[in-house]
Amino acid sequence: MHIIESGNVAAAIGVKLSRTQVIAAYPITPQTPLTEKLSEFVELGELDAQYIPVESEHSALAVCIAASSTGARAFTGTSANGLLYMSEQIHWAAGARLPIVMCVVNRGIGAPWTVWNDHQDSISQRDNGWIQIYANDHQQIIDSVIKAFFLAEKVSIPVMVCYDGYILSHTYMPFEIPDQSKVDEFLPKFSPNYALHPDEPANLNSVTFPDVRNDIRGNLAPGYMEIRHMLHRDMREAIGEIDEIDKRYLKIFGRGGTPFVEGYKNEDAAFIAVCLGSLSYRLRDVVDTLRQEGINVGVVSIHVYRPFPEKEVVCAFKKAKKVIVFEKALSYGNEGALYADIKSALYSCEERPLVQNYILGIGGREIKTDDLYNTLKDSCTIHKSSICQPKWIGLKM
Amino acid sequence: MKRRITSHGEPGPGDAGKTGSWRVLRPIIDYNKCAPAKKNKKLCFLCWLYCPDGVITKTIEPAIDYEYCKGCGICAEECPSKAIEMIEESVFFNKEK
Repeated sequence: MHIIESGNVAAAIGVKLSRTQVIAAYPITPQTPLTEKLSEFVELGELDAQYIPVESEHSALAVCIAASSTGARAFTGTSANGLLYMSEQIHWAAGARLPIVMCVVNRGIGAPWTVWNDHQDSISQRDNGWIQIYANDHQQIIDSVIKAFFLAEKVSIPVMVCYDGYILSHTYMPFEIPDQSKVDEFLPKFSPNYALHPDEPANLNSVTFPDVRNDIRGNLAPGYMEIRHMLHRDMREAIGEIDEIDKRYLKIFGRGGTPFVEGYKNEDAAFIAVCLGSLSYRLRDVVDTLRQEGINVGVVSIHVYRPFPEKEVVCAFKKAKKVIVFEKALSYGNEGALYADIKSALYSCEERPLVQNYILGIGGREIKTDDLYNTLKDSCTIHKSSICQPKWIGLKM
Repeated sequence: MKRRITSHGEPGPGDAGKTGSWRVLRPIIDYNKCAPAKKNKKLCFLCWLYCPDGVITKTIEPAIDYEYCKGCGICAEECPSKAIEMIEESVFFNKEK
């Protein structure tokens, strides 16, 4: 069934179709309609889940951690400062290997207060051991949420599904709602790696020492370093899983085929614009205009940001002489995080394209098509530049 | 557990290793002052009740498992007969070597 609805509702329907059992969330702009919709589903009996109202985002994720530890499928969603308030529990959920799914409705971080869109919230949580997926439109939001549960439960790693605040969360767009029966076929009941039960008491995430040691039965138990290494190893192996899951989703639902990066006119392009999220669709329009002017340019959006699929990213830049990274976030005092990751991925290539970085749309600063057009057109020249620092688009002072 | 990818364990003695080695002060019970020992009756057992690590037995006489006692001193604080004294581990160091 096709409907026209907001991105937040698309996410909520994805959570409902995934037969989520526990939802705990604290409302924050621009995530609020997502949690309101979910509480409505539960109240109307359309979703057989426990909706647990909490007093903070830290508690929201703590509830999900507890629920997931007992073997329940758990979901939360947040934005900006709410995500940061969760931060300690975000690391905990990853270290405890709990397959929680969280929607991050991207918003700039205070201070100063802003409720508008950029990517600094989820980018600042890049290194905490969660898988990060960025959706470009409403269809990708609903599909990504359903796939996220399967992925999280398969690899025992929590997943963030990130989408742009307002630009996607509050705008209305047509998208297809998958049939419940097909979702049930794709996503079986959660069979946890470990589930806490009164009949089988256990110490969860008990203290580890710098070295390994024996458990009470005399078997060697992994120490902190082994446990953290396994998280990294399994995160890297998740790349293969993401590919498999995409293939299966494509077979059942007819959508997919680009699990890691989504390219547009990039196959033969000498110049490629790169970004996360909905900005890529705006860049497609600009690319169309520039192509009419005879400039050989394309767009690539990164769908899976962590684990970073460097092979697939490099592969998307096949003919590229220059890669232009547009970012709504940065590592203050250095450069855009995605820019740094892309340079690092390209380092092992024999013929490395030039890489350039633009920062834009911070705190919802309007991204004008004219600015994108002029910036990309100016960037489509090969002359070497020694300037590595990102340039900011749209600054007015 | 299907895969051992976290620090999960069965509760039981020694899940956190032999924590007795953490001890700086050792609780020593003076059975001449300890009520159950002195009167040969099941009396207060507050040491058993308050011990956060469950290393004191509810027996006549109460006994402390020094392999796991961390030496927190709660038993000495709670003992109404002041029968438990916290003694520096260094005092025992040479004797037990």
